[in-house]
Amino acid sequence: MQFKSDRIVALLILLPSLILVGIFVYGFIGQTVYVSLTDWGKGAALAENPEMNLIGLKNYGELFSGFLNSRFRQDLVNAVFYTLFLVSGALGIGLILAILLDRGPKGESVFRTIFLYPMSLSFIVTGTIWRWLLAPRGGINRLPTMVGLPAIGFRWLNSRQSILNFNWQNLPQITAIVVGAAFLFIAFRQWRSGLKKKGFLSLIPTLILLLWALWGARFTPEILSTPEQHGFNLATVGIIITAIWQYSGYTMALYLAGLRGISEDLREAARLDGANQFQYYLNVAIPILKPMTMSAIIILAHISLKMFALIFAMTGPDNAETSHPAVLMYLTTFRANNFAKGAAIAVVLFVMVAVFIVPYLISAYRERRA
Amino acid sequence: MLKRLDWGKLVVYLALVLFSLLYLMPIYMTIITALKHPVNISLTTAWKLPGNINWGSFAEAYNTLGPNFMNSLYLAVSATLISAIIGSLNGYVFSKWKLPGNEIIFTLVLFGMFIPYQIILIPLFRVLRQLNLYGGIPGLALAHIVYGIPITSLIFRNFYARIPESMIESAQMDGAGFFGIYRRIILPLSMPGFVVVIIWQFTQIWNEFLWGITLTRHSANPITVGLAQLAGGQAVSWNLPMAGSLLAAFPVLIIYILMGRYFIRGLLAGSVKG
Amino acid sequence: MLTQKRIALTVITILVLGLLGTSLSVAASSHEDELTGKLEIFSWWAGNEGPALQALIDLYEEKYPNVEVINATVTGGSGVNAKAVLKTRMLGGNPPDSFQVHAGQELIGTWVAAERMEDLTWLYKEEGWMDAFPDELIDLISTEDGIWSVPITIHRSNVMWYVPDNLDKWGVEVPNSWDEFLEIAPELEEKGVTPLALGTNWTVNHLWESVALDVLGPDKWEALWEGELAFNSEEGIAVWEKLDKIMEYVNDDYSSLSWQQATDLVVEGDAAFNVMGDWAAGYKSTVLELEPKEEFGWAASPGTDGVFMLLSDSFGLPKGAPHRENTVAFLKLLGSKEGSDTFNPLKGSISPRLDSDLSKYNVYSQSAAEDFSSDRLVGSLAHGAAANEGFMNDFAEVMEIFLNSRSAERAANAAQAIAKQNDIQ
Repeated sequence: MQFKSDRIVALLILLPSLILVGIFVYGFIGQTVYVSLTDWGKGAALAENPEMNLIGLKNYGELFSGFLNSRFRQDLVNAVFYTLFLVSGALGIGLILAILLDRGPKGESVFRTIFLYPMSLSFIVTGTIWRWLLAPRGGINRLPTMVGLPAIGFRWLNSRQSILNFNWQNLPQITAIVVGAAFLFIAFRQWRSGLKKKGFLSLIPTLILLLWALWGARFTPEILSTPEQHGFNLATVGIIITAIWQYSGYTMALYLAGLRGISEDLREAARLDGANQFQYYLNVAIPILKPMTMSAIIILAHISLKMFALIFAMTGPDNAETSHPAVLMYLTTFRANNFAKGAAIAVVLFVMVAVFIVPYLISAYRERRA
Repeated sequence: MLKRLDWGKLVVYLALVLFSLLYLMPIYMTIITALKHPVNISLTTAWKLPGNINWGSFAEAYNTLGPNFMNSLYLAVSATLISAIIGSLNGYVFSKWKLPGNEIIFTLVLFGMFIPYQIILIPLFRVLRQLNLYGGIPGLALAHIVYGIPITSLIFRNFYARIPESMIESAQMDGAGFFGIYRRIILPLSMPGFVVVIIWQFTQIWNEFLWGITLTRHSANPITVGLAQLAGGQAVSWNLPMAGSLLAAFPVLIIYILMGRYFIRGLLAGSVKG
Repeated sequence: MLTQKRIALTVITILVLGLLGTSLSVAASSHEDELTGKLEIFSWWAGNEGPALQALIDLYEEKYPNVEVINATVTGGSGVNAKAVLKTRMLGGNPPDSFQVHAGQELIGTWVAAERMEDLTWLYKEEGWMDAFPDELIDLISTEDGIWSVPITIHRSNVMWYVPDNLDKWGVEVPNSWDEFLEIAPELEEKGVTPLALGTNWTVNHLWESVALDVLGPDKWEALWEGELAFNSEEGIAVWEKLDKIMEYVNDDYSSLSWQQATDLVVEGDAAFNVMGDWAAGYKSTVLELEPKEEFGWAASPGTDGVFMLLSDSFGLPKGAPHRENTVAFLKLLGSKEGSDTFNPLKGSISPRLDSDLSKYNVYSQSAAEDFSSDRLVGSLAHGAAANEGFMNDFAEVMEIFLNSRSAERAANAAQAIAKQNDIQ
């Protein structure tokens, strides 16, 4: 029904945006990948026309196994923990808040406003405020003294303790075991849902991975010359709490929208089945919230994988204990002038985010097509 | 039965009040610290209300952050308005003029909203420099507009998807073309969409930090950079960073409190499947 | 209609008056043949270090009232944040008119090597500065091709600070070596006092260089930078071993404290000593308003008496500075006796000029000036004099390796590796 000339106008309207996105997103990603394969850095980096030579994957090699780049590896570990804890914390608290509000208490909108306002703030504002709250000898640590208890001594932002330590040299084996376990889980699920043949097939990679991890790995060369411990730095706890404080309102809003979308009939049916409130949420509501959970995981993971401002505001860019590849990228690129390595860090971050985003976008695309 | 119900309600309210206290605690601390005189601020009495109130912190914070505040205002207002217009047109095309490959193109555009901005920082920096836009507000605005295309297009597209095809068709019967339909049907119905997008973009741009610190010179620093500077140095007297935080939070908080409903809609629209 | 006309008339009147006004002021300024426009000065002297810079700017504005000075400061001690911002701006083709840079390798190895600076030899000749500054200092800011900046301060890195009354109260003496410090530290801890106050990461590097100067002595310290002594030699490892022992006696929240907050610990009596450059004297006397000698005391950091570990802040003229004339005028003021003696007393540093008027300085600075003229001078690592920035950046990683592993040998090997990587051989 649409006229051809109008369709051309439509295309012309869209075209500038498409070109801009093409250049600024895809073109720039390509350029960063290219820079990460060069040696652009150090002394000559600041010259008007810097010299660049392609050196292949050397920057990546250094990041993952170079003697001097242990900070990057710890940052990577930190990023994984930031993501893990922010996502699970915000999901858990958000769900609790949503269920509380779903009960229709008086003053619901006031409560909702209170839980959501942190979301409107800048990371710099939140970071500044929480840095003061988490000061080693004040703030939160002094709260117990108000009721006569001794002050807390925990160093929220500058503990040098670290738990769940592992040796970076063992990373390939650890990865193999984790992936193997994932395959085992898939095999189990398939087995249970009656796909016995597929279940057996899924067991094959499990066995290969586990066998290699437990026995074969001895014959592959070490990635580092010396053992190097990495783990969950307790100094990140303060930042994690702050991030959860800021984002649990968001998951609450998502979940609340989901809960409100459940039809009265379904609730009634559950009630007639003799389910109490607890059972209703556990067996009826939470499964319905699955798409919200997926969306929230994607958004939160993507936020925590590029976390820069919050860390900058709370512990400063130079604090290696709480650092993140996003912070290291900034320092490496703009302070140490090592553009190539900075680009390589950015690419690693990008790949980590893409692992979450691409399947999500593809499934959204399929849904729209359907 | 009745007894149990009351008990359950009590738990709900107790939990809600407890959580509310947790969520309000930081803002309480911010306000009381901002109102104290520097000499009265100590770690041991941090939670106590100020004895005598010092409004001077705000004046002082505004003296240092005033220029940054104005920079952010110019930046956020201009970039938000342009973003909204572009987003509205794109959303209109994506939802009502399904060009060949519409869905795949839309997905490719959406991807731009999820990239960590570190991946484009170095080329962005170089391109702005070549365009002679590095250092000032226009360059920063350009970045926000371009990388705002995915989210604004998404929100408008989802919004316009609800306008029935039949309305478009009947307008076409009347001889309306691309712009005619937009002006007569889409635009008049767009108000809520614009509000959602404007609030969303304004908040995002106002709160942004990474580009602010890498792409602007001192005189064009947005408020987040100014605040990070104010709080980052020695931070001996905490009243100033706290007053600065309130100043930096003020516009977005006001928007949020007045138009929270739309803010939530923007939030929910941010999840692609929505 | 009438109102519209009136509005139009008013607008026109205002415009005409405005135009007249501007043309008048243009005429006035061209008559006086003065500098106009802007001058953007980039530094990390914010907060408590601000007043000294402000005094200098006030002096400049007095001389050139038509120049609008933009004081672009980026907070963060030792320029940790400022350096990143400066680099983005230089790379972005948007240099400030002049920027703070440590004399030595930070200037030469970074900006001069990248051909971003203008040679100032002509200015030195014109102003007669060749004889006004000590030769060692001019060497630090020169290459074969020219002189690249104007020094404004001399700071000493190896200073240990304390409060005399507190030491009396606790019954301890200022240690003469780190070994002595390690002897008295347990006593202090028993009394509930932190023996040594420490701050954020770069202050650990700062401590390292003072310890290294004690363990190695000045000759071997310099040999280190000429590549004649390996970082992982026996002596090199010994530095880290000593640091490891000292780190047992620092405050456990050091990584979150600014250097000022670490200084506060000493001032407030929570800690006994603190090793910091002598900008700490400026902080104590200008901001905390303490009386030198009575309310705070100092000594060369343990075992380094007679050696002056030096660093100097300087300002240069970047190529493509937007207001070159104004910058030259600023540099002239900076290098003058008047400018230098306005700035330094407030900053807590001493003037690099040989003819500085010492009566304007406080007791601390007078003693530092005396040491400067009689002591052996060596360059500081943590503040850009000794090694290039590539090394300094990597050194932060080395320190991190050390703090995490607390292995002297690993740290020493890493230091040697980065020395090689950054052409110190």
